[in-house]
Amino acid sequence: MRDVAIIGVGMNKWGELWEKSLRDIFVEAALKAIEDAGVDHIDSMYIGNMSSGLFVGQEHIGALMADYLGVTPIPSTRIESACASGGAAVRQAFIEVASGMSDIVLAGGVEKMLDVDGNDATAALATAADQEYEVYNGVTFPGLYAMIARLHMDTYGTTQEQLAAVSVKNHHNGNLNPNAQYQFEVTTEQVLNSIMVCDPLRLLDCSPITDGAAAVIVCPLEMAMNYKNNPAVKIAGIGQASDFLALHHRKDPSWLKVVEIAGMQAYKMAGKEPKDIDVCEVHDCFSIAEICVVEALGFAEKGQGGCMASTGRTAIGGEIPVNTSGGLKSKGHPVGATGVAQVIEIVEQLRGQAGERQVHNARTGMTQNMGGSGASGVCQILEAV
Amino acid sequence: MSTPARYWREIPQRYRYEGNKCKETGEIFFPPRLVNPSTKSSNFEKVNLETEGKIITYTVIHVAPAHFRDLVPYAVAIVELNDGVRITSMIADCDPDDLKAGTKVRIEFRKIYEVGDAGIICYGYKCVPT
Repeated sequence: MRDVAIIGVGMNKWGELWEKSLRDIFVEAALKAIEDAGVDHIDSMYIGNMSSGLFVGQEHIGALMADYLGVTPIPSTRIESACASGGAAVRQAFIEVASGMSDIVLAGGVEKMLDVDGNDATAALATAADQEYEVYNGVTFPGLYAMIARLHMDTYGTTQEQLAAVSVKNHHNGNLNPNAQYQFEVTTEQVLNSIMVCDPLRLLDCSPITDGAAAVIVCPLEMAMNYKNNPAVKIAGIGQASDFLALHHRKDPSWLKVVEIAGMQAYKMAGKEPKDIDVCEVHDCFSIAEICVVEALGFAEKGQGGCMASTGRTAIGGEIPVNTSGGLKSKGHPVGATGVAQVIEIVEQLRGQAGERQVHNARTGMTQNMGGSGASGVCQILEAV
Repeated sequence: MSTPARYWREIPQRYRYEGNKCKETGEIFFPPRLVNPSTKSSNFEKVNLETEGKIITYTVIHVAPAHFRDLVPYAVAIVELNDGVRITSMIADCDPDDLKAGTKVRIEFRKIYEVGDAGIICYGYKCVPT
């Protein structure tokens, strides 16, 4: 297997992009990544996308995006793994380059979620859960994470204030990110007084609905030296796992086994441990998710994730900065693009291009992208070269 | 939207609470599976689920999809039946403030929702505190 590097990244500001179509936002991000890399062609591409069919009525977007990016006849494939689609697309690009099948591959992600109303968007997102045995019986996506939160609170004494601290931190970071959907701070009081969505999760515990795209270019590490626009970043480890789709079938619904397994694969491939990670982007679709993820990745003991944000340990400047980009909460969550944007944030941190969000001397970073209530998981460990 | 066939097809599981039991390990699955994920065995027998159990975790839903909007706030829980089977179910006929992990419940056959004014009525299971 060949070593693989990321040589280009591209994304634009996320948010409510009424004036642009699905293809426009993808092509803009892809062109930025191609320009950033300085490549004159790509051999193949993968596009993470959860549900263009339900959100904009368009399937077959592999070909659509190749068409409008002007790169036909290269192979172009859509990858769907719910909210982990973007991370899974990066992994497919990694595999294609590592195998020797292709040299320069684009991994992108795109989702346009605001062309439908809130009810239809909620219904589309709920297709990531078990339609026949969870959604049919009245549970919503926030409802599933609310049940995880309730169990975590009952078992470990995690508090509403600790949940709120995740949102406060991520909004603080997102306020420093020019591409974030919500560039403003929130206070603990605002989180605790926001409307109840699914007890105990309130509106400001939940990531938003977003239009957005992101793209990266990967190539063999030995070839990366030919592209001198930026320092290359090596994909040192990568992992992907699956678990029972329905939350109720998991023995401990508050433990994200899929994250533990994907994380362990990535740690093993990279020869790293949690203490080696300088900065990490995690899938905070809801505040409780970040708490469970920092436990599953080994940054906190089981049950002790609640105090990580509230004590500043996951802040920029803390012992393990988490979601320096603002996370899904503040940067936004266009589901298929999220996993790719996480990789972009870590690449910018390792290049030293993260501006006010820069983690001092970041050399090794990690991403964690998750689908459904934790039925799909992808992790990457990136290293400055 | 789905067609009525989707609900007829699921009559055994959804209307009669039928699962299947692995003849080798004794583990009961709901919905019935064709493969035991632990042992890969396909040696099953049909069983009726226990109708009583307890709440493992729950939430009270305040923002709901359109066809459940009249019910808010309503409780949904992961319930463990006495045979070890776990399901996700609404908790009906309760004050959500009184619920907690460990609350004893039983399954009842209930209307889940109606598909529009003239559409079919979709039935299934809900739990009520005992």
